[in-house]
Amino acid sequence: MATKVFMEALSPTMEEGRLVKWHKREGEVVKAGETLAEVETDKAIMDLVARADGVLRQVAVTEGQTVPVGNVVAVIAAPGENVDTSPAVAPVVSGSGGGRREALKDSPTVAGGGIARSAPTPVVAAPAAEAGRLRASPLAKRIAKEAGVDLQLVTGSGPGGRVVKRDLESAAGRAPAPASVPTALAPSPATGRESFRVSRLPSPERAEGAYQDVPLTQIRKTIAKRLATSLGPIPHFFLTTEVDMERAAEARDALNRQLGDRGKVSFNDVIVKATALALTKHRACNAWFQDDHIRYWNEVHIGMAVAVEDGLITPVIRHADLKALLEIGGEARDLAEKARNRRLQPSEYTGATFSVSNLGMFEIDQFTAVINPPEAGIIAVGSIAPKPVVWDGQVVPRRRMRVTMSCDHRVIDGATGAAFLKTLKEMLENPLAMLL
Amino acid sequence: MASQFDVIILGGGPAGYVAAIRSAQLGMTTAVIERDKLGGVCVNIGCIPTKALLHSAYIAKLVREAKEFGVEAGSVKTDYGVAMQRSRRVSDQNSKGVEFLMKKNKVTVVKGSGVLQPGRRVKVGSDTYEARTAVIIATGSRVKGLPQIGLEINKTTVISSDEALFLEKAPATLAIIGAGAVGMEFADIFSAFGTTVTLIEALPRILPLEDVEASDALAKSYKKRGIEVIAGAKVKKGTPAKDKVTLEVETDGATRKIEAAAVLMAAGRAVNVEDIGLAECGVQVTERGFIKVDPGLQTTAPGYYAIGDVAGPPMLAHKGMREGVTVTELIAGKKPHAIRYDNVPSVTYCHPEVASIGLTEDQCKERKLEYVAGRFPFSANGRARGTGETEGFVKILRDKKYGEILGAHIVGGHASEIIHELAVARENEYTVEEVELAIHAHPTMSEAVAQAALDSLGRVVDM
Repeated sequence: MATKVFMEALSPTMEEGRLVKWHKREGEVVKAGETLAEVETDKAIMDLVARADGVLRQVAVTEGQTVPVGNVVAVIAAPGENVDTSPAVAPVVSGSGGGRREALKDSPTVAGGGIARSAPTPVVAAPAAEAGRLRASPLAKRIAKEAGVDLQLVTGSGPGGRVVKRDLESAAGRAPAPASVPTALAPSPATGRESFRVSRLPSPERAEGAYQDVPLTQIRKTIAKRLATSLGPIPHFFLTTEVDMERAAEARDALNRQLGDRGKVSFNDVIVKATALALTKHRACNAWFQDDHIRYWNEVHIGMAVAVEDGLITPVIRHADLKALLEIGGEARDLAEKARNRRLQPSEYTGATFSVSNLGMFEIDQFTAVINPPEAGIIAVGSIAPKPVVWDGQVVPRRRMRVTMSCDHRVIDGATGAAFLKTLKEMLENPLAMLL
Repeated sequence: MASQFDVIILGGGPAGYVAAIRSAQLGMTTAVIERDKLGGVCVNIGCIPTKALLHSAYIAKLVREAKEFGVEAGSVKTDYGVAMQRSRRVSDQNSKGVEFLMKKNKVTVVKGSGVLQPGRRVKVGSDTYEARTAVIIATGSRVKGLPQIGLEINKTTVISSDEALFLEKAPATLAIIGAGAVGMEFADIFSAFGTTVTLIEALPRILPLEDVEASDALAKSYKKRGIEVIAGAKVKKGTPAKDKVTLEVETDGATRKIEAAAVLMAAGRAVNVEDIGLAECGVQVTERGFIKVDPGLQTTAPGYYAIGDVAGPPMLAHKGMREGVTVTELIAGKKPHAIRYDNVPSVTYCHPEVASIGLTEDQCKERKLEYVAGRFPFSANGRARGTGETEGFVKILRDKKYGEILGAHIVGGHASEIIHELAVARENEYTVEEVELAIHAHPTMSEAVAQAALDSLGRVVDM
């Protein structure tokens, strides 16, 4: 009995996927749980796994092609099974406006042969929402509202693609509530493997012709969408201060000398820690704007902007206020590495309460960062460089760093943001203040 | 050459026959092997005949109370033999109904005891049958005695439900060991037919798996009608004689002797895993004796699946039936809705009935959940007052933060029917509010569900 292989929603926000590489070829025997192909989602490269045993047939998508979620990309048939060879599983290539919904409406119904008998839409591939109607259980809606999760972005695993409680447990990174006993038939987890990279940036060498069109990658589409919902609707304002980093640098050097081979503390680790601690003293800045209310977080989770090959993503250092510098450093490096290999799990890049963007390594003196909603603030950190300053009445060279805070004025007022920034500056200028 | 089918099912009980029908519906050639009557324990010596007898018991109670309702029926005489004969007819009708369904769906029924063999084969007598796709084990369970304390089932004085269902007359006195669903139901039946019943439970309360409040309500109700209820009691020894049994029962530190014309063993069931060739096929069992299955109900031997009682608790017909549907859909390559084992209703059909779903209040406490218990007694429900069924209550355990229905417990008339509103609600993740928002017809027993939901929100109206 043939089973259709669908482009599955492999991340909470995925609407379409680019088939990066087939691991199985047409006619090859596959087992349920085996990786069929690698798919680039809007966030990472993930495995598309087989949901049935059989032979891979009717491969309808070639490597590099983009297909909306829910489309059939191939069929797994029993050996020797007569599978209809009509072009029923032709892919819909991205680019056609509103392609996803159309594609789903027209999604192939296969007539005759063995396929017709295996009819049901698999739960994994169903859309979270149909036009105008949100499919989610009442309980899921309540949990989503509390957790600040946009249900439109969650893929449902309930009947007909309905979003249910367990979908939110993974989306929000919450521990599963004890009331629910594990359910049968959960899909087997994807196997971790080496990442597979495709360069999609224009080459630095001068190419032929007057210009070069590069299609938007999934991550860039998401960036475009997310940031347009930030700088447009959110009333940003910016506060800049210059921090004397002389003592922070001395403290860091001393720590690293002492640590020797046991690890290294970076400026970024110090900044993340100081930011987290300053937020504990200024809860008004550690908040989410939630349409009809503001959620002031007691926990501090710092989003850390990481540049990846063709975009950026903000993995989260959870409870950064409670973690030691070495812990923060270890986690930051680990998350950045995963981000660059596009192996971050959704729970690792959602749920930040405040963000830090650091372009110091690019010798940027000062910049402004775009707020990552629903967070209410982000700090943009420039490079640390020696500058002539007046110190005890004398012009002396000192290492200085500029920090610019972007604030959502609906949550943070000028004085509130300034007070937070002052605490952050004090902590960095006198690292012992972090102990207070 | 062996007869070939796509799917072969060993056992034609509720799990097996439902699997057979679904398998046939999905276009697979299907055979069921059954050594006795189709329908298994449930139809022949379980759920169905006991419901017939419980209704006889209910009628006896109604007639006894009829005068109060303005109906005089004279002196009430009961005859267990007649009730038993009626229950047999009901069972036979049901078993024939299953036979008809097998024919209608073109399922081949093989009579005999099947033994599994490697290569997805099953041997019945000298015939061998081969499954192209899957063998499904659905051999069910049986009553177990307690031979270690002298209470091996002898079918005369030490009996199980198997014998109790065929008695020509009710014994004068009966001791029932085990106050789970089976023990509770037989206590109700025999008490109505004039037997002096003593109900003995080893755990601290009767209906030990139900919410404490349900156990308490039933203990009170049973005591009121003259059933002796002894909980937290250990039966040390049983001595069967020709026409009576003497039990030594340790309770509250003291040992007392209980004599009864018969003892009914209702303390647990053993699964039928012996002599069916499990080991030869590489099908492993768990420490507790159930067949080991993965989330897709496949055993440790590929191509061999297990469903129903043999596949693990809860040992309930409706759980097995659902597994029957799910396993065949999986075998056919479909993606069925995952079975929610935390949302299987549990019902005891004694009077008043006890029905529940989800967590008990004690389980909520153990899991440190923040919950609110909403309650509504049937004594405040108009319909219940009208029919004189004012015993019992509806209790709903609501998650404090999100309103999730953590559990629901109903004691009262028709509790078995009322519980499904809450089963549907939980399956679809409706919160307490959605249950309350649905307009409940007035006057009905079901209104108590809406009122209990309201009570959990602190806004009960009718109390």
